[in-house]
Formats: sequence, structure tokens, C-alpha cells
Amino acid sequence: MSAPLLEARQLSVEIGGKTVVDRMNLSLAPGERLAILGRNGAGKSTLLSTLAGLRQPQAGAVLLDGEDCALLPPRQAALRRAWLGQFQADPFGSTVMETALTGRHPHLGRWDWESKRDAELARSALQAVGLQDMETRQIHTLSGGERQRLAIATLLTQAAALYLLDEPLAHLDLNHQMAVLQLFAGAARDCGAGIIMVLHDPALAHRFCDRALLVHGDGRCIMGTVDDILTAKTLSELYGYGLRQIDDGGHRCFIPE
Amino acid sequence: MPSRHRAFLILSSLGLLAVLSFGLALTAGSLKVAAADILAALFGYGDGAADMVLQLRLPRALAGFACGGLLALAGALMQVLLRNPLADPYILGISGGAGVGAMFAMLFGLPLLAVDGLAFAGALAAMFIVFGLAHGDGSWTQTRLLLTGVIVAAGCGALIALMLSIADERKLHGMLFWLMGDLGQTFDWWPALLALVVALLCAMPFARELNLLSRGLMQAQALGVAVDRLRYAIYLLASLATAASVTTAGSIGFVGLVVPHLVRLATGNDQRLLLPAAVLAGGSLLVLADTAARTLIAPQQLPVGVLTALIGVPVFLFLLSRQAK
Repeated sequence: MSAPLLEARQLSVEIGGKTVVDRMNLSLAPGERLAILGRNGAGKSTLLSTLAGLRQPQAGAVLLDGEDCALLPPRQAALRRAWLGQFQADPFGSTVMETALTGRHPHLGRWDWESKRDAELARSALQAVGLQDMETRQIHTLSGGERQRLAIATLLTQAAALYLLDEPLAHLDLNHQMAVLQLFAGAARDCGAGIIMVLHDPALAHRFCDRALLVHGDGRCIMGTVDDILTAKTLSELYGYGLRQIDDGGHRCFIPE
Repeated sequence: MPSRHRAFLILSSLGLLAVLSFGLALTAGSLKVAAADILAALFGYGDGAADMVLQLRLPRALAGFACGGLLALAGALMQVLLRNPLADPYILGISGGAGVGAMFAMLFGLPLLAVDGLAFAGALAAMFIVFGLAHGDGSWTQTRLLLTGVIVAAGCGALIALMLSIADERKLHGMLFWLMGDLGQTFDWWPALLALVVALLCAMPFARELNLLSRGLMQAQALGVAVDRLRYAIYLLASLATAASVTTAGSIGFVGLVVPHLVRLATGNDQRLLLPAAVLAGGSLLVLADTAARTLIAPQQLPVGVLTALIGVPVFLFLLSRQAK
């Protein structure tokens, strides 16, 4: 059994005086996929950025590859985990290719310029999200969905073993939602990548993840395998709205009542 | 992303522009001296007239180049720090603080060295006040920094206006020239040039990290940038560069705002190229503007800040209207 990619020990996270999680333990092995679900404002993004080491927890520790995140230099952390934020603000112009290449930053020395190999990695990442013909496009001219796919390509270029994705499906149309989820499922299956993603669709979470973490927003959170935990009962309670579960060929679907 | 080769070409041509601007600055003026004589004087073989011209014009051109370079560099850094394309070196009150110091010294008729010294002290004071206030609750956000800087600058503006209104009429001319930016009152050229070299050498190793910072704090941090440390360093560096320039030549406007934009438009936003290119372009622009300032209506001299603003405003408005499309 290989070491966990990510480990949270007795992790407590608060935001604005509200407890998101209280003394939570979590361990993510290579190839594992975990979905985080919860209502708006429950603290899913806060939890995710804390797991990425971008935010100090109130208590406890996050370990990346067995090393405490708080003690890890930022560049070392960037080699171990990639984080997709919810917002991409671009005050200055830049091309699609330049943006994808920013993912190579932790791999380059201080005086290095991006090499041909880096450009090839960026190109194949752009291809993976269907942006291959847009290398020289200015990012201002991209649509919301294209910008989101570019952010995902940047993440792939970073080539870390652990992906922390905050609403990776935002702005994406149906076929790209499936393509992105299949892309990460493939990374987990074939390359042993660990994946934690914040999702809003329990059916997709059930289909593309092994485990789910339900964040209630009052300090309570429940974790378990998707089969056990993504049920009409738990989800109705989580969202405060009645849901009906329909099973279809191994997939689950939840319909609001 | 510019390749190294392209970066080299762009920097070489800007270097050539800098050389040409110096050539013009050394040859243009009321006293006509042949370019060949000045070149000879430059290498120590000049006759009396050429030597004298060189001694008068070269320090001024060097100071101008250093100030233009410092302002363009500080402007580019501030724009990244505040992630705001409209930021300029003076936006956080550095020039306001320097102005208060310089006006105070001039009001009491202190010598030139004291004017420079108090201007620098004022710039440093403004820098620490803004830093302290913006950092007060540990948040150190862009908005808080920007607001604090703008308010401190406004306060300094009020103090300057107060001192101008009670100043003696004979002193008023010098004070106004200082505020508009003027290379004629430069005490010495080498401190600014030294500051420029040091500032550029300090900034360049972090150029790629600045690229990431301009895309967002969390984004940069996730990609391996020690964001907090980098932001403190840029704030300090940009402030000191601005202080060095303002101390040397007063608050020359628009170089720090327009030059980074012009360079960005021509070369893209890669700081590895943008920073040195902005230094060369800003320095050359100021040397040219100053040459115009002292020759346009000679023997009367204009403050160079007026010319940079006169050139800068239309260029900037043009860029802005292009951006809106």
C-alpha cells in the first residue's frame, strides 16, 4: 500500500466564525476520487483550499505525501498538488498558450524559460480539453466555458499527482462536463492521480467518485462510499429539499420532489 | 510567450533607441557643437566647448534616463502588485510624501541637498504609513492597500496646497517646477542610476513569479509562489524606486503609467521581457522629453513633467479607447 497523497489529521476549519469541519480525519490514496457536496456557503471551497494548503486551518494538519503542508515550501507543494479555483480573473491580456504554460512554473528553475518539452506538455493538455486550435487566442476573447477548460488545461500542465477541483464543471456544457469528468477519472485510473472535487450534482458524484464528503455547514460532515452515502435520505437532509432516488443500470439519479 | 531570441531582439532595439536618445540629448541645445566633437569629448579628447557641453548635458541626460527607467519599472511593478492596469508609481502616495518633504524644504529656503533629503524622507514616511495602515488587520488586500494609498496621497496633496498658498512668490516658481517634475534641479545623477540598476537586478529574478501574481493571489500561491513575501518585496522595491526618482527630479507624471502599457501592447505581458523593456523605453522617453523641454522654447526651460503629460495623456486615452473594443 503506497503512502496517501493527502492526509488530514484532526482538521478544523472555520470561516467567518462558522465551523466548516471539526476535527476531521481524511486520507486519500493514489487513484482515489472524493466528491465534496454541500449547500452554498457551507464552506466547501474553504475546506478545499485548506486541503490544498492555501489557507491555514484553525487546528490540525494537512499532509501532502506525508509532509506537513504548513512546512512545505510553496514550490514543493505545487509539485504535489494542483488546485483549480472557482474564479479566473484576468486583469492583463495573455494568450491561451501562455496561460497553459503557467502550470510549468514549479518545474522550472529561477532563470529557466519554458522549453520545447514544456510547450509540448501544454499543447497536449490543451488538446485534452479541446482547445488545441486556440493557442494564440487572447484569453479575454474566450467564453466562460472555454476559460474554464483552459484553467483545467493549466492544471494538467502542472502534472501533480493530486488534483483539488473547486466546481470543475462550472460554465461547461453537458458534453464538456462529461469529457472533463472522464479525463480526471482516466487520470485516477491510469496514472494513480488522487482527485477531490467540489460538485453540485450528486448523480455525477456517484458516477465519477469512490467516496463522498457531505458538508452540512454547521460543523457536521459525513463521509463514506458513494453507494452508502449518496442516498435520497442523506441528500434531502443535506440540501434541505426532498429528493427521490432513481436507479438505472448502476447509475443513480436524484430528482427534486 | 516571447522566446529568448525575440526578447533579445526587442531589448537590443530598445537599447539602440536609448543610445539614440542620448545622442540627441548631447547634441541638441542652444550651443551648437558637432556630434563628432562631442563623441571625441566623451572619450576624453574633446576641446573646451565640447567638454563643457558634455559636462552640462551628460549628467542631466543620465539622470533623466535613470528617472524614466525607475518610474517605468515602478509602474510595471505597481500594476502587478495591485493587479490593476491603471496603477502608477504615485498611486500609493509616495510622490505625495516626497512632495510634502520637498515643499517644506523649499518653503524655508533650505539648500538643494536638503530638498532632496527631505523629499526622500517624505517618500519613505508615506511608504511606511501606507504599509502600516493597509497591513493593520493583517489582511493586506489590494483594495485596502489601494484605498489607503489614495487617501494618504490626497492628504499629502492638501498639505502641498497649503504650503504653496503660504509660500513666498519668489519661491513659488521653483516649487511648482518641482511638483511638475524637472530635471534642471537635479543634485546629482549617479544615485538614481545606481538605484535603477539595483532595482532591476532585484526584480528580474522574480519576473516569472510576477507573471503568476498578476493572474491572482491564490492562483499564484497554488502554482508555487510565496505570495506574501513576494508582495512585500515588490511593494518595497517599487516604493523605493519611485522615491529615488521623485527625489532626483520631482514628480514627473505619466511615464510610470504609460510606458508599461506601451511596452505591454508591443511585447505582451511577460514580465521577464516587460520589466527590462519598460526600463529602456521609459529612460529613453524621458531623455527625449527633457531634451524637448529645454530646447522647444529656449532659452526658457519647461519642466519635463509637463511634456511627458502632454505626450502621455493622448497616448493613454488612445490606448484606453482601443482596449474598450
